[in-house]
Amino acid sequence: MPRAARSGWLTPRRRKAILSRGVLYLLLAIIALFFAGPLYILLSTSFKTMPEIQSGGLMALPHEPTVQPWVTAWGEACIGITCGGLKGYFGNSMVMTIPAVLISVMIGAINGYALAKWPFPGARFVFAALVAGNFVPFQVVLAPVAVTLRTLGLFGSVEGLILIHVIYGIPITTMLFRNFFLSVPNDLIKAARIDGAGFFWIFFRIVLPLSPSVIVVALILQFTGIWNDFLFAVSFSNPSSAPMTVALNNLVNSNFGVKEYNVHMAATVIAAAPTLILYILLGRYFLRGMTAGAVKG
Amino acid sequence: MRRFLQRHVSQVALSPSLALIAIFLYGFIAYTAAVSTTNSKAFPRFDSFVGLEQYWRLFHTPRWHVAFTNMFLFGGLFLLVTISLGLVIAILIDQRIRAESFFRSIVMYPMAMSFVVTGIIWQWLLNPTLGIEVMVHQLGFTSFRLDWLTNPDTVIWALVVAAFWQGCGLVMALFLAGLRGIDEDIWKAAAVDGIPAWRVYVYIVIPMLAPVFLTVVVLLALSIVRSFDLVVALTNGGPGVSSDLPSVFMFDMAFRRTNLGLSAASAVVMLGTVLAILIPYLYVETRERG
Repeated sequence: MPRAARSGWLTPRRRKAILSRGVLYLLLAIIALFFAGPLYILLSTSFKTMPEIQSGGLMALPHEPTVQPWVTAWGEACIGITCGGLKGYFGNSMVMTIPAVLISVMIGAINGYALAKWPFPGARFVFAALVAGNFVPFQVVLAPVAVTLRTLGLFGSVEGLILIHVIYGIPITTMLFRNFFLSVPNDLIKAARIDGAGFFWIFFRIVLPLSPSVIVVALILQFTGIWNDFLFAVSFSNPSSAPMTVALNNLVNSNFGVKEYNVHMAATVIAAAPTLILYILLGRYFLRGMTAGAVKG
Repeated sequence: MRRFLQRHVSQVALSPSLALIAIFLYGFIAYTAAVSTTNSKAFPRFDSFVGLEQYWRLFHTPRWHVAFTNMFLFGGLFLLVTISLGLVIAILIDQRIRAESFFRSIVMYPMAMSFVVTGIIWQWLLNPTLGIEVMVHQLGFTSFRLDWLTNPDTVIWALVVAAFWQGCGLVMALFLAGLRGIDEDIWKAAAVDGIPAWRVYVYIVIPMLAPVFLTVVVLLALSIVRSFDLVVALTNGGPGVSSDLPSVFMFDMAFRRTNLGLSAASAVVMLGTVLAILIPYLYVETRERG
């Protein structure tokens, strides 16, 4: 080896190492292309004109970039029989998602705290009964939920969807918070109880300030899950209360009229944007949320 | 009263959730199971008891056969592709590469999107007159065919590739965490003995990841049974009913064909499939921990 080093040439071993590094980065580049390519094509197509799309060049950047597809997707595209674009549905999604996320995270936090820090006989059974809900395929409750929402006069309303997302969010948020709160030292709680502090005082003044990370994880998990939900949305909404996922599917998969692919692509980006931005801003928490949420229905 | 509340504050705080779950989960499962024993059409009717006839009818419905078989076909292929490639990608990313977090983010970002978005993206890429097929033709390979979406025999691959694109990130992340948890000394000992890296992976490291494999298989299996949005957005069950899945069948029977009894039976079979996956898993998990 010293001789090779002196002559300034690579040893066979070193050459092999460089070669295998080269293969490694080539494979990684192919993988990156497979995962990032579709998003790139989605974005570039959304700025192309229809004639340019029909002439091919899937991977090419737009020759004459135009924002018209975005304007159409947001405010003019026809979804069903109304032609007001996606903006109303984007609003529906926001009005549905934000309260449903906040309420379900709050309920989950209180449940998790009660189960982890104020145990009582049968607490394990209660926990199991609540958490089992994470594994149930929601198809098995669709019909009775529809009947119940009709009875309550909430079928086809955003309020009805909020209610359903809050209820079926209880299992996952309870599990997330209970598992996190187990790691909060019991001595803190005991000391506060000796001083006469109550259930909610300890919750708001001691436990919650210790758990910003799990709150962020729960908020991301619920926001992503509810924003992206399609099953409940398509089952219990009507054309005026439909969220983005349903509107997008109706726009793209409708059989009427000429397919404006550039508008479809812009609409798809608009539908994906809120959760993508969340992922870009909070990637680390996002993964923890997805891992916890992977079990959910 | 005040004293009671103070003493049982924890139970009181939990009781609304417990009541809601008791009704909306367990009560509604029982309700659906009850509807599956009736001849309900557009509305649930409990005066038309037919016993297990709906289940008999279900398994004699050709469309259900396609859907039920597809679940296992799609599931098997999706598990195979996602687990093997997810593991390979995790191993590649674990080679002390530059820009590791960049590569990890690229593999994982599709997780943030809804299945509707994923379905639409792949519907576009697999479109034979506009997507990848045309691109490859323009590169000069004019005999290239990518007709997954229009060919009933291969449409299942469209679902597999789209589901893989979306689901690989989570699997890769779980495997990567498993690889990072393995003792460094194993690698040092193997290097001293001159054992090639691939043999260390095959004979030592991958067997040590067995618990991660189990978790991944169960997570993916649960997601397969529930797959719905992806099929609706990507193929809508077509061509014909060739890419139908139980969830799509159930939805169609309940909300479009007004056949609630049959739809309830199919939903109960879906729940049964989940339990068949879950009960052995929980048994293994609790025995190991207990």
